[in-house]
Amino acid sequence: MIRFLWRRFLWFGLTLFCVVSVSFFLMRSVRGGPFDNERSLNPAIERNIQARYHLDWPQWKQFLHYIGPLNLAEDGAELIGGDGTDPFGGILTGDFGPSFKYRDFTVNDIIAQSLPISVSLGSIALLWALILGLTAGIASALYRNTKTDVALRLAATTGIALPNFVIAGFLVILFVFLMPLLPVAGYGTPQHLLLPGFALGAPFAAYIARLSRTGMLEVLSQDHIRTAHAKGLPARLVLLRHALKGGLLPVVSYLGPATAGILTGSLVIERIFAIPGTGSHFVNSALNRDYTLSMGVTILYTVLVYGLNTVVDLAYTFLDPRIKLEES
Amino acid sequence: MDQPKRERWNLGGTQMESLLKEIARFKGESLWQDAWRRLKASRASWWALVFLAAFGGVSILAPVLPLPSPTAIDLQIEPQPPVAPWTQFGNNGYRPEYWDLNAIDESLVSLRQSVFGDWQFSNWLGTDSKGRDILSRIIWGSRTSILVAIAATLCSLLIGVSYGATSGFLGGRIDNLMMRIVDVLYSIPFIFVVIFLITIVNEYRIELDRRGINREIVFYVVIGAIYWLTMARVVRGQVLSLRKTEFVEAARVIGASSTRIVFVHLVPNVLSIVIVYLTLTIPAVMLFEAFLSFLGLGIEPPKVSWGLLAVDGSEVINPVKIYWWLIVFPAAAMGATLLALNILGDGLRDALDPKLRGKD
Repeated sequence: MIRFLWRRFLWFGLTLFCVVSVSFFLMRSVRGGPFDNERSLNPAIERNIQARYHLDWPQWKQFLHYIGPLNLAEDGAELIGGDGTDPFGGILTGDFGPSFKYRDFTVNDIIAQSLPISVSLGSIALLWALILGLTAGIASALYRNTKTDVALRLAATTGIALPNFVIAGFLVILFVFLMPLLPVAGYGTPQHLLLPGFALGAPFAAYIARLSRTGMLEVLSQDHIRTAHAKGLPARLVLLRHALKGGLLPVVSYLGPATAGILTGSLVIERIFAIPGTGSHFVNSALNRDYTLSMGVTILYTVLVYGLNTVVDLAYTFLDPRIKLEES
Repeated sequence: MDQPKRERWNLGGTQMESLLKEIARFKGESLWQDAWRRLKASRASWWALVFLAAFGGVSILAPVLPLPSPTAIDLQIEPQPPVAPWTQFGNNGYRPEYWDLNAIDESLVSLRQSVFGDWQFSNWLGTDSKGRDILSRIIWGSRTSILVAIAATLCSLLIGVSYGATSGFLGGRIDNLMMRIVDVLYSIPFIFVVIFLITIVNEYRIELDRRGINREIVFYVVIGAIYWLTMARVVRGQVLSLRKTEFVEAARVIGASSTRIVFVHLVPNVLSIVIVYLTLTIPAVMLFEAFLSFLGLGIEPPKVSWGLLAVDGSEVINPVKIYWWLIVFPAAAMGATLLALNILGDGLRDALDPKLRGKD
């Protein structure tokens, strides 16, 4: 297992390096910069700003500076951090540098502020998805080919077929305007997260329902279930003790991609419900050419997705002893 | 040459003949015939197929139908609700305004003008906040959405199938490396790459336009480049198990080259699984288009797509007055199509699954 983790880690380093370097050079080679405005700046001021953020350096030097704790300036001057005093350490030290657009904040500040919001939104969405999806999936496997099953499957397929902002729109009309139960948008209380969490989780609930239905059906037709029934175990216990573990394996392996999907789906949901999470920063920073913020968010999401996938792979081996980590 | 062989077969005499007769009563069935029969037997997937065919027909014929213009703006103050008798059809001010159509659509539109003249349907499904007809926008939008979906899916098909087939066929270390690369690509949050690439395209719009590359083409390629990963995995798994089979061995013995074996012998055999996967990728791509349109990075007005319509609809949600027809109808069109595609995909999977063959 240690070997597995170590290899994963090496690949992770490689992935991250590719992501960082490709987006770094791509971003900087595109026309337009973070300080472009409708009104052109005085050239002297522009030169000063560029020198402050070392944008006047050749790109390879900027890159090295961005990556590591190296002091490359001839005069010993360091890239200034957000509050104007700390030197910039480079991403290897966990410092993502100052934001170019939000002048008084570092990227770390912005992420620290917005990530907890996104994480709580994402957890609620995942919770919704799991509760709804598993209930629907197991129910439709148990009542196979009845009206309940057909209705649940239709609902699940509809959930997959609609974009989440449309689902969000319907939810807002229903639960805010027609039945004023929940706040329309914003962030602060747990109630604020219920609707966005549901809208974000709905498509994933639908997938989970389908996966758990197929998984359960496959397990329920196996011999050990028949044996359990035959020895007189109550149906509820057969389900809980013998069927669930095997039947839910496909759901576990889907959790990695699902979490990644929820992370990216929150770009839209955060916009609709005016939630100040990380997702909203990404689009804006890419449009604003806020190099450091954009890179910071990309790196953050890559790390999250990769980490979650690894965790899911590990969990999988614990749940299903037949699977070995070092297959390939 | 043939003579001795025949005699050997006839050894059984009359008994053999009766056996042959009996065999002749059974009709052989290819995988595709079998699948087609199964598909027709499943009511849900059959109706899904009929619905998709009908909708596709309407969408292709959109320029000929007497629809109001999808772009003609009429700056009234309020969106108009759907008019009650859905039969109204007459000379109610058709204005031939469109975006830059291609030559075929152009001639179809002029055909419509010569047949129907100024006649058009009234606003059966209401109008939006700029006075444009919703029905017309939904049908014209379906053209854009379907085109994006099909082009992007074909793109993913091309990359995914060749990558997966090569990897599975070569096997060993190369396979390992190629699949590792796929794993690495899987863990990159692609949404960001796409958003970023599209901002780049916006920046270089004029230069790219001059070379005939517009945003839509970049769109197809980029989306296709994302969705090939799963396709590659699926195909590789299939090829891996197929390449040990006797017919591949036989082809190799005859002296067929690797390329020939992959593309002539292996690819047709993975086709069924690929088709199933295709019907499930198209809905995903349509949703992705909607997602990008929502972020303002998708299809651009005056052109219209379902994503844009859904965005327009959800933007006018407000507590004062609910313009339900702006969101309900586009969502219904999109939902019904994607639902049908999903059902068809499931039906195809059941129909093509060899494990279910011969069991009814």
